[in-house]
Amino acid sequence: MRIVTALIILLALASLPFWVSAYILAVLTVAYYFGVFAMAWDLLFGFAGEVNFGPTFLIGLGAYSAGLLDNHGVPVWLCVIAGALAAVIGGFVLALPALRLRGPYFGLITLVAVLVLQQVIVIFAGVTGGEIGLTINDVLSVDSGHNYWLALAFLVISGLILYSFSRSAAGLILQACGQDAIEAQALGFNVAKHKLAAFAVSALFSGLAGAMLVFYLGTASVDTVVDISVGVQIIIAAVLGGRRTIVGAAIGAVFLIVAGEILRPLGQLNTFVVSAIALVVILFFPDGLVGYLLRRGERA
Amino acid sequence: MRGLQILVDGFAISTLYALGAIGFSLIFGVSGVLNLAHGGIMVAAAVAAWYIAGPLGAGQYVGALAGVGCGIIAAFATYGLVVRPIQRSRAIPRDETEIFVLTATLLWGIMIQEAIAYFFTDSPITVRPLINGVVDIFGVRTPANEILTAAICWVSIGLLWLLVNRTRAGKTLLAASINPRGLTLLGFELSSVYLLVWAIYGVLAAIAGVLLAMFLGTSSNNIGVLTASAFSIVVLGGLGSVSGSLIAAYIIGYLETVTAYLISPTLRTIPSLLLLVLVVYLRPQGLFGRR
Repeated sequence: MRIVTALIILLALASLPFWVSAYILAVLTVAYYFGVFAMAWDLLFGFAGEVNFGPTFLIGLGAYSAGLLDNHGVPVWLCVIAGALAAVIGGFVLALPALRLRGPYFGLITLVAVLVLQQVIVIFAGVTGGEIGLTINDVLSVDSGHNYWLALAFLVISGLILYSFSRSAAGLILQACGQDAIEAQALGFNVAKHKLAAFAVSALFSGLAGAMLVFYLGTASVDTVVDISVGVQIIIAAVLGGRRTIVGAAIGAVFLIVAGEILRPLGQLNTFVVSAIALVVILFFPDGLVGYLLRRGERA
Repeated sequence: MRGLQILVDGFAISTLYALGAIGFSLIFGVSGVLNLAHGGIMVAAAVAAWYIAGPLGAGQYVGALAGVGCGIIAAFATYGLVVRPIQRSRAIPRDETEIFVLTATLLWGIMIQEAIAYFFTDSPITVRPLINGVVDIFGVRTPANEILTAAICWVSIGLLWLLVNRTRAGKTLLAASINPRGLTLLGFELSSVYLLVWAIYGVLAAIAGVLLAMFLGTSSNNIGVLTASAFSIVVLGGLGSVSGSLIAAYIIGYLETVTAYLISPTLRTIPSLLLLVLVVYLRPQGLFGRR
């Protein structure tokens, strides 16, 4: 039953380019990439229990690596792969302290990682374009419909992979490591190996999505892929949708981007309203939208 | 000559960092809350001081006092509207309270930032100094207000020390940070202890915010950076250790000033960030942490 509903929703989403405007498609395309960011974050936070305040460290690495390579004439698909690889390396760099530190300390390291990346980009402005941003010569496609389908397909495939990973035996062990590392270790599981795997997978998808996003936008800038406020949006999206659900993170991201767009007439106040809504959800429905629905479903 | 300049300027900025970070550290020590709306409270106080002293024309003294008042209100609002509901919520699992407080205060900080930008201004503001004039310290021309700033900070820190170590209320705070359960068993109401600590926190953060806005100027866009710097100072010094925060503030303050003067102002924050990564990596409990 659930699968049928999901398929119908998917078909409806896939048919959107035939009957909605390019503007709506553009908003949703960005929202889908954000969905992948949020799902990758949920894997680390919800399952591995790592408070990662710097999802944009991984995303920014992927985005800028891809963008810089493209400026040197490397084909687009190779740039995207290189971006993903750069993010995975970044993921290992983050994972090293994560294996030693707990909670707030690791959170701070990730926050600092983002700040350092941001500073490096600004300092080497000659290569990276600094605060203005890096112009990218190639695009994925000029047609908004194609871009939309690409983003949707990417979201669905990433979602399937991340979801099945989280429900697999490895995902369950990961969850155990996140909740009680010592007990998981006592049961004979290799905590370090599972956490490293979680970081690698999360970084892979963050990097891929970051690289594809810059080829869609045609520019990589600190404000769109590195700034802490972008990371905060991703975290809000995942918590809003529901932690430990993967799917919820994607829904939360789409909701957040679309809501931000609908509230745009409010001008500067729109961020205020979106944050206020997110705060209310956190206070009153801590399981997030999907978590709340799931629990109601169980009760009924 | 330049060395002296660094010494003087670094002292003032470090003292401000210390005052800003101590409140943050105190809240964590007593109630285990990492308040990521910290920068928001500092800037809210600064903007109130600027608005009442400048556009409303009430003068800088009334403005500064009103700013501190506003900071206390903002601190209570943070506690009452955000932190307390999460701590009391039954739907949030105990072991996840921490991450919910982090996320919620982060959101709250963004709301403060956007509200200030919308209702007042998002361009940089400078609060008028309390006193004018320049003092010559061994050839370094220093604004008198910079000296007053450092003095106010140290008096506030001294008063805090007296409060915590010499009064009954302060000793309750200390006890709450060591063993809250034991305190409740002795018949103390924990929630009134928390109210007191948030009030103290509000005063400290507000004074730091107003003085910082006099010294360097501030803007609603600075909120994130202010929170991050308080967070890093507190972690560097050791979470929950007030004297650790004090020393860490001086390390960071001087490191930044030296970098800005001798290398380049654009690199100002880089060495302190690297130091932080190094310390947290080699000694996660911070330089003077308890655990």
